[in-house]
Amino acid sequence: MSTVASQKRGFGAVLWDYLTTVDHKKIAHLYLFGGGFFFLLGGLEAMIIRIQLAVPENDFVSAGFYNELLTMHGTTMIFLAAMPLLFALMNAVVPLQIGARDVAFPFLNSLGFWLFLFGGLILNLSWFLEGAPDAGWTAYAPLSVTSPGHGVDFYVIGLQIAGAGTLIAGINFLVTIINMRAPGMTYMRMPLFTWTTFVTSVLILFAFPALTIGLFLLMFDRMFGSAFFDVGLGGNSIIWQHLFWIFGHPEVYILILPAFGIFSEIFATFSRKRLFGYTAMVFATILIAFFGFMVWAHHMFTVGLGPVANSIFAIATMAIAVPTGIKIFNWLATMWGGRITINTSMLWALGFIPSFTIGGMTGVMVAAVVADYQYHDTYFVVAHFHYVIVGGVVFGILAGLHYWWPKMFGRVLHEGMGKLTFWTFFIGFHLTFFIQHFLGLMGMPRRYWVFLENQGLDTGNMISTIGAFFMAFGVVVMLINVVYTALKGEKAADDPWDGRTLEWTMASPPAEYNFKQAPLVRGLDPLWIEKTEGKGQLTPAEPLGDIHMPNASFLPFLMSLGLFIAGFGFIYQVDYDWAYILLFAGMAMTLGCMLIRSLKDDHGYHIPKDELEREAD
Amino acid sequence: MSHDHSLNPETMPNEPEKATEEGKNKFLGFWFFLGGETVLFACLFGTYIALRNSTAGGPTANELFGLELVFMMTILLLTSSLTSVYAMYHMKNNDFKKMQLWLGITAILGFTFLGLEIYEFTHYIVDYEFTFRSSAFGSAFYTLVGFHGGHVTFGLAWLIAIMIRNAKRGLNLYNAPKFYTWSLYWHFIDVIWVFIFTVVYLMGKVG
Amino acid sequence: MKGWTGKLRAFALLGFVALVLSACGKENLTALDPKGYGADQSLYLIILTTIIMLFVLAVVMIVYTIVLIRYRKKKGQEDYIPKQVEGNRTLETVWTVIPIILLLIIAVPTVTATFDLADESAASDSLNIDVTGNQYWWHFNYDGQEVQTSQDLYIPVGERVYLNMMSSDVIHSFWVPTIAGKMDVNPENENTMYIEAHEEGVYWGKCAEFCGPSHSLMDFKVIAVSPEEFDQWLNDMQNADPEPEPENAVAQEGQSLFEENNCMSCHAIGSSSASIGPNLTNYGNRSTLAGVEDLNKENLVDWIMDPEALKPGNKMTGQYPEVSENEAGKIAEYLLQLDETDITPESAGNE
Repeated sequence: MSTVASQKRGFGAVLWDYLTTVDHKKIAHLYLFGGGFFFLLGGLEAMIIRIQLAVPENDFVSAGFYNELLTMHGTTMIFLAAMPLLFALMNAVVPLQIGARDVAFPFLNSLGFWLFLFGGLILNLSWFLEGAPDAGWTAYAPLSVTSPGHGVDFYVIGLQIAGAGTLIAGINFLVTIINMRAPGMTYMRMPLFTWTTFVTSVLILFAFPALTIGLFLLMFDRMFGSAFFDVGLGGNSIIWQHLFWIFGHPEVYILILPAFGIFSEIFATFSRKRLFGYTAMVFATILIAFFGFMVWAHHMFTVGLGPVANSIFAIATMAIAVPTGIKIFNWLATMWGGRITINTSMLWALGFIPSFTIGGMTGVMVAAVVADYQYHDTYFVVAHFHYVIVGGVVFGILAGLHYWWPKMFGRVLHEGMGKLTFWTFFIGFHLTFFIQHFLGLMGMPRRYWVFLENQGLDTGNMISTIGAFFMAFGVVVMLINVVYTALKGEKAADDPWDGRTLEWTMASPPAEYNFKQAPLVRGLDPLWIEKTEGKGQLTPAEPLGDIHMPNASFLPFLMSLGLFIAGFGFIYQVDYDWAYILLFAGMAMTLGCMLIRSLKDDHGYHIPKDELEREAD
Repeated sequence: MSHDHSLNPETMPNEPEKATEEGKNKFLGFWFFLGGETVLFACLFGTYIALRNSTAGGPTANELFGLELVFMMTILLLTSSLTSVYAMYHMKNNDFKKMQLWLGITAILGFTFLGLEIYEFTHYIVDYEFTFRSSAFGSAFYTLVGFHGGHVTFGLAWLIAIMIRNAKRGLNLYNAPKFYTWSLYWHFIDVIWVFIFTVVYLMGKVG
Repeated sequence: MKGWTGKLRAFALLGFVALVLSACGKENLTALDPKGYGADQSLYLIILTTIIMLFVLAVVMIVYTIVLIRYRKKKGQEDYIPKQVEGNRTLETVWTVIPIILLLIIAVPTVTATFDLADESAASDSLNIDVTGNQYWWHFNYDGQEVQTSQDLYIPVGERVYLNMMSSDVIHSFWVPTIAGKMDVNPENENTMYIEAHEEGVYWGKCAEFCGPSHSLMDFKVIAVSPEEFDQWLNDMQNADPEPEPENAVAQEGQSLFEENNCMSCHAIGSSSASIGPNLTNYGNRSTLAGVEDLNKENLVDWIMDPEALKPGNKMTGQYPEVSENEAGKIAEYLLQLDETDITPESAGNE
């Protein structure tokens, strides 16, 4: 019904709807398109990097521009592509999976998105304003402090704003999952994707503040003359590395755990089998998150922390391989004895297993300190983390998108194009990154603008570049697929995959209030239980009544816009006094909106019972 | 309207701040937020501890700090935490006037604390020429203590705003969670100060 | 313990190294064909972990293949409902315990090697060299020997040499893959590592920590020569004349131009510890120009006239008056005949 209505509305009305929406399903769309846009941008940067490295001593791009590209590629992919795309899936699916009408804080949900978007815009506007950040996505001090121009300032401000949005999103999911579950949906009946979202949110909550502080210190050093990283005044640049990796390592799990959740759903559904070892899977997730906070210094083995610290962090790191291994074997056991349907979504999941296992293997290898003295900061590490992030997270996102696209948009992505994307991307991915393990060991450090002739690195780099083009081709096909599906795609049934969890009990796409009546959950895989018992649908846990809905609001957009304006003020106050106007006006706008939000009562509205009854007919 | 939240002694629930779903969410969400804030301050403390002796020839902690002033500030802030507890006690008894009174006292104590902190900073800057830019120690000190001061300022602004907004209409289930989350925030600020007092000032004098 | 690791090492070296030697990169740059103590240790762990991890991968892939062949949906199975299995305690215990054992096998030698490479007990009896990382070149000061050099680090073969490393600007990382793993070069604290080359040779070194636009051009060499040659080199360098007599008239003019154009305020010749720019005492013997190009007059003239073209972001650009091609040629002539010692990269045998 809602799609019909939206087709009738004008463009302005739709735009206003999305600018003010607090509906988790629409916010999921926003995250998807925002994250998707930045994913393409990051991919474009990657392609330029690979073209530059196709042949030795190439001068396709200059050294300075290359450093901007590699910095922006990493920053964009991690903060502006992978995380928002995962948030898109979490927003679209988690409230449905737990039987909730919306998230706990719809207003904050919207605020989180707009903060991310405006943070990402600031970061990328640097391309047009005196150059992008060029100190690597890790922005190690003192290089980042001394980097000339405003590039790194954009990095600091952009990430600070986007990071605030992420923190808000994390808290929102935590409270949603704890407080908003439907009757009978106990913790140990939650689908794995909900579980991983929950654990990821805990990681966000405790990891992001470390980045916030790191960015503040860097900002103060660059813009206000403090001396945190200024060795001449007693500063210490290693502090940045600690703060960055106390955030940075959990960040890896923030990305990969939701992907694990997605795969768990997909393996179970398309094997037509209950997830093998559900309890072990949950505890493995928690264990990974727990260890995730105790291994940050394995990024710093060569910093000179001493053999004791290096050994402790090495062993803690290796320990993570155990719960990860448990997961891999549980997925295999889920498929064992099942009836496996192979479609695009399942293909991505199946492609994930070998790819991620290789990434995990090299993960244990880089944990062996003395071996890491060779791997560290070389293409071996580049290969390792791309196997984990692309082979794990990107495959997970693409698997999840194919799986939940029908629920999000009411249409099924085209299978043929989906498979073409998979095969070209999968082959291209291994072509690009497998050889990089060897390039690293053959003496190629990462972040190299050029490699020299006659160093035995030519063939490997050429192969890698060719692989990148395969990946790019796959992404272009995916893009065509999305457009084609939007225009002519097959309409989706409510339950196109013979699903097991609550999101498949409702219309595709769901009504704005999700559940007319809260469902009664009787076990793990609630829909599957009802199917095997012949009912095929959930019993309502409450009588039909008025549904309370939150009001749409423009304030989140304005608050984020205020910070966006203030961000430019912070960046340019170093050079120009007029920038203080931006700084104070922007901050006033944000704080003013916060005051309005605090003081203006917002009780939401109700969809009356009789209207709901009429809809049923 | 059937969803009237205003309270009288008959409809007064035991815990007005958690009586509605919004209230419950806000309560839990705010606890999580404070969890994140804890990490935030932990990182600042870590940075401070790493840099507290990096004075680059400038004044040291021992030369700068006077415990009398800081002790007074500590007493003020601890007392304000106690008065905010009284305010919450009266909220649970649905005595709006007394709640406002105790919140007012809390605000006064908070402002006095803030005044002393500003005096303290001015004293260091003017008499010792010890600034944010003097040394890594200076940067770390002003950042850690300043972040706390910023939290106090924000807390006071927040308190004033909700006190004025609700002055006329009294307590209801819609605004009770707002007062309650504010009080959580205020306690948090207080706890942080206890750590600042110990790590920055006492250790600065002794260590 | 020793015998067990020894056997494994022998096996590993024979089987694996032989297998990959053909495709393991350029000699004296690759980490896969080690010729130094640290690199040996690293390669041993690399091979050990690779074998164990390939075993895990093989197990996963075998199960994976079986699953895909046996349980893929077949015709007529549309309505087949598999048994819903909750889990299997025995199986789950097995795939928890076996990885733990495998990791212990890796962890023990990892910790041993980590402590071994951090051993500084012999530092006071060994040759100590202060290494300074600069954007984008390396400086070496031979502790207590009054010898300074840049870019080419001469060491005696078969001896432990301790490197005490610090940066003058941003973080760099000292990496000579064929001899040893890397160590960061930080601006605030000194890091110490030791290297030991087993064979004479010219080994490629690279900066491995992102340090700015010319990060990829911050190469250097470690030149391992016989102990006798090393002693001679030290001796020659100690006695190098800070104001060497040029060999011909062109070089003579070059020397005057070198002085007039302010070059001396950064570049020292002789054992002066000034090191704003690279020390040029044995410049004529350098293995490369600026770490990356062939050292010849033509390249050197280009470098002197426009360093930015070769190394973007370097600190030399703009620090001296513009020189004509003719003048640059004379300076190059002067610099290229600065060869105070007979010990050169050629002395190291290969290359």
